[in-house]
Amino acid sequence: MVIAVASGKGGTGKTTIATNLAASVDGNVRYLDCDVEEPNAHIFLKPTDLESETVTLPIPEVDQTKCDLCGICDQICQFSAIAVMGEYVMTFPEMCHGCKGCMMACPTGAISESSRELGKLEKGRSGHIEFFHGQMRVGEAMSPPLIEAVKEHVQANALNIVDAPPGTSCPVIAAIKDADFLLLVTEPTPFGLNDLKLAVETARLMKIPFGIVINRADVGDNRTVEYAKEENIPIMMEIPDKRDIAVAYSNGILMVEALPEMREKFQALYQNVLEQLK
Amino acid sequence: MKIAITSSGKDLNAEVDPRFGRAAYFIIVDPDTMEYEAIENTQNMGLPQGAGVQAGKTIVGSQVDVLLTGNCGPKAFKVLETAGIRVIINANGKVKDMVEQFKSGELSDYAKNPNVNGHWM
Repeated sequence: MVIAVASGKGGTGKTTIATNLAASVDGNVRYLDCDVEEPNAHIFLKPTDLESETVTLPIPEVDQTKCDLCGICDQICQFSAIAVMGEYVMTFPEMCHGCKGCMMACPTGAISESSRELGKLEKGRSGHIEFFHGQMRVGEAMSPPLIEAVKEHVQANALNIVDAPPGTSCPVIAAIKDADFLLLVTEPTPFGLNDLKLAVETARLMKIPFGIVINRADVGDNRTVEYAKEENIPIMMEIPDKRDIAVAYSNGILMVEALPEMREKFQALYQNVLEQLK
Repeated sequence: MKIAITSSGKDLNAEVDPRFGRAAYFIIVDPDTMEYEAIENTQNMGLPQGAGVQAGKTIVGSQVDVLLTGNCGPKAFKVLETAGIRVIINANGKVKDMVEQFKSGELSDYAKNPNVNGHWM
């Protein structure tokens, strides 16, 4: 099973929910930190025995001597990553999405496969949790292929917890697609609610069953709860705004370690997800 | 010779559009006769990426010698440089005045590098 943890707004507590959920459920658990632009779950889970591999994307390399300037590669590329300019074929490797269309379409075999580094994929272990995360190369602008590389480690018979990036754009879609259930983490503020609505639209469009987790539930106002009621969205869990939680967080300590009574609440969250999926 | 100017409108009285890739129009002018044509660039306005490359291709296809514009990013610059088109940046004001300034030699500082970063993604 795959549970993805996402949010419209950043900083609502995705990683807090995802890491504490992973730490509270026994058995075969895999943690996949797909916030590859700024992964931070490792700060709380402290994985050991890390193995690192480089993830790359296939990009075109043109042999100008074999090229007859037919322009098919230029027409097929939707991202202007390859262009025929006069008597020369130019490539813009940083704009390539790695579809290999140009290589397949080239009638003279002038385009071969080269590669661009996207970043690193690291694997490790944290207690009973198998840990995976992506670290995007500084300067790289395209995160979905690296997110997909992290998600290749989803295991069918495990509980896979996907920590998604914030927002509702391509990286989020790459992280949450194929999830069995989506937890949308929000805070009861006008910003939190505004971005929650965007995230709800995304989840509905993608037909992923979802529920809301309200973090720092006793700040702000009641509008998030009212919205959930109106829209018939289950509130899966509420976490109070407690100084002890913030202190533990700022020291890189899991909430369920600092406040052991929270473990049951996260176990209940997991049971709640299973109930929703029945 | 012909020059291209990025323009916010379809004629010589329009203001220069400071953007290259996402300029509204390209005015292609023969500075000697002041004969011109306007090429619409609206198809590039909504592109998430590659507007500079596409606009560069339009300019290369219009067989001009010089481009006058406000700003030029790295990929557009590379395209124009490869095709041997020289670029003058920091143009602003009316298209007509730019042509006059180019003719009088007031605008003659050819850019050696792009002056802005790409703004894709």
